[in-house]
Amino acid sequence: MRVALFVTCVNDLMFPATGRAVVRVLERLGHTVEFPAAQGCCGQMHANSGYRAEALPLVRGFVETFAGYDAVVAPSGSCVAMVRESYPRLAAGDPDLAAAVDEVAPRVYELSELLVDVLGVTDVGASFPHRVTYHPTCHGLRMLRLGDRPLRLLRAVRGLDLVDLPGAEECCGFGGTFAVKNADVSAAMLADKCAAIRETGAGYVAAADNSCLAHIGGGLSRGARSGAGAPVRAVHYAEILAGLAPVDPEAER
Amino acid sequence: MTGGEPAARRGGVAEAAVATGPGGGHRGGTGNIVAPLPFPVAARRELGDAQLRANLRRATHTIRDKRLRVVGEVPDWPQLRAAGAAIKNDVLARLPELLEQFEAAATAAGATVHWARDAAEACALVTDLVRGTGSTEVVKVKSMATQEIGLNEALAEAGIAAVETDLAELIVQLADDTPSHILVPAIHYNRRQIREIFARRMPGVDLGTLTDEPAALAEAARRHLRAKFLSAKVAVSGANFAIAETGTLVVVESEGNGRMCLTLPETLISVVGVEKLLPTFRDLEVFLQLLPRSSTGERMNPYTSMWTGVTPGDGPTTLHIVLVDNGRTTTLADPVGRQALRCIRCSACLNVCPVYERVGGRAYGSVYPGPIGAILSPQLTGPEAGANRSLPYASTLCGACFDACPVRIDIPQVLVHLRQRGVDARRGRPSAERAAMRTMSWVMRDRRRYAAALRAARRGSAPLRWLTGGRGVRRLPWPLSAWTASRDAPLPAAQTFRDWWAAREGTRAAGGRRDAG
Repeated sequence: MRVALFVTCVNDLMFPATGRAVVRVLERLGHTVEFPAAQGCCGQMHANSGYRAEALPLVRGFVETFAGYDAVVAPSGSCVAMVRESYPRLAAGDPDLAAAVDEVAPRVYELSELLVDVLGVTDVGASFPHRVTYHPTCHGLRMLRLGDRPLRLLRAVRGLDLVDLPGAEECCGFGGTFAVKNADVSAAMLADKCAAIRETGAGYVAAADNSCLAHIGGGLSRGARSGAGAPVRAVHYAEILAGLAPVDPEAER
Repeated sequence: MTGGEPAARRGGVAEAAVATGPGGGHRGGTGNIVAPLPFPVAARRELGDAQLRANLRRATHTIRDKRLRVVGEVPDWPQLRAAGAAIKNDVLARLPELLEQFEAAATAAGATVHWARDAAEACALVTDLVRGTGSTEVVKVKSMATQEIGLNEALAEAGIAAVETDLAELIVQLADDTPSHILVPAIHYNRRQIREIFARRMPGVDLGTLTDEPAALAEAARRHLRAKFLSAKVAVSGANFAIAETGTLVVVESEGNGRMCLTLPETLISVVGVEKLLPTFRDLEVFLQLLPRSSTGERMNPYTSMWTGVTPGDGPTTLHIVLVDNGRTTTLADPVGRQALRCIRCSACLNVCPVYERVGGRAYGSVYPGPIGAILSPQLTGPEAGANRSLPYASTLCGACFDACPVRIDIPQVLVHLRQRGVDARRGRPSAERAAMRTMSWVMRDRRRYAAALRAARRGSAPLRWLTGGRGVRRLPWPLSAWTASRDAPLPAAQTFRDWWAAREGTRAAGGRRDAG
């Protein structure tokens, strides 16, 4: 199977370990991963902020770059949701682009969809003997309907103690530009999310989106600095599956 | 027929709206649907009230859980939602025709139908009608339409006292406050605060028996209102549904105060938004399942009142129906935005909204708060009214509202659409945000430019990485200071993914070990 990795722009620059993790998991399962170097950003921030004209060239770039692969995998629920749910809407006025989107978009998968649905794998042979809680990020939860796929993958990890997150399905308050445009409300939502995470006693909070995790992790580390509780490390679940999650002695209790 | 020329008679509501188009010299809605302050500013004010947040959290979670329980027990809920959306879409597609059908049926049954283009016209109409009866007091059934047009204020100016008879609405009125929720206007108060409001503002209340027990508070309200019901000559209501086929109006409620208002006074004036129509009586089958479960989390609400014109010897002898546009035909002209007119005011979207839960209804500055308010208020008024342009940004696009909506309004889609309309309307004006978006789009659409930008970002951040030991940054300059005010910021990694990949490919080409780590 020809699998292309869409690493996403945020991961490329800020969280390359997540991209490396996807490559390692898939290669360990015997698949060949390609990284089309022409890839850039999916345009989610532009489109969701109302900049359709600025998003459209990125939509075109995406469908050109990823045409012809059996599957495209991305370690981000919201970027995949952007491609699958919003691209058809954005491309609606342009028949050629709409046709290209129809061709490519259905084969773009979030990592847990590719593993569980397409490859039929839940045990990727990982080990992570730590207590972990999982935050289902909104676009993965309600646009992609990832359901328990990431949880099934995590439950199969040796030694991993998966604990429920109270109010798990509530948004963390990131929301892209919302975090800056409505910073006070965002911070209030973040404070509640961080409190719920600390309440679990987990050393790690995992999720499928590094942008939400940057927000949550930033709140957790700020809280720990100001004495609001023990440090909890935010980590993409792909890094746990790959054995690449940083083990933080401070996050062990 | 009195009042403004009926839109339907001018060649059709929908056609009239299409002719003017959104933003093109339209007649925007007016009244209590204009945010006086930008949402972030109003939200900051509300966030400072810890008691408010505790009250809201408790109340929204209680209703949320109840709704989930009763919705979960309906096996065909998805089909019911689809049917609700389809019936409302049909109404919106045939609005002119159905409005005329409703007017004819209601008139034939003995009602007088009036048409109002905006809040001012509607208020003037109702005020004149009440004046005509000689009454200086009216009892009111809880109604969003009359809140929207600011009827109580207009009546007060004319020397007419409007008495709210819904318990929560009465609390808000006694407190001289504004409603903060569509269904539970006093959701921001707890029972101790309500007792204080009653003790201070309710005439003749018995302080000896007034505790903060819900039963004691309800009893005090009941005694206070009973006298009003028995003496009132005029009642004002809204309607949850208006049946085009029969000219019937429907009010769905829990307390029985509505039933009192709708049956005891001689004159009843019902103020109804034009989108409240349903084509046939049978359509109630769908909506009387969707509405109670979505709003109060009950299988069925205790009181459902229906009235068709007047019936000699039974109930009011005079019925006036005021059909209100107030920006609805303008909203109808937008193919994406018009789905907001499917709303049946259940407030399920408020109860599940993480933003509403933190700030409450008053942050939205409109009688329509929460997710539905964020798409309805700016469409009804046009985006230039007050600070309504800020409302479509009052969301993380988390999608909980769409999942909860009984008529499947894709609120996140409409929010993004309204943001886009705002951006497009302001093209040609200088904007730092647009400049940034354009630059990013230009950089990211070309692999060389993009790779160079990634390298620059990585190198530029190297000193910070060194200074912080890669642990995140505590303080960044504006505009990123909004981020670091409450959370540490991550830094670009020492090596981008694409550089790692290129290095690995180089090694592998040279016969290196195959290793992803």
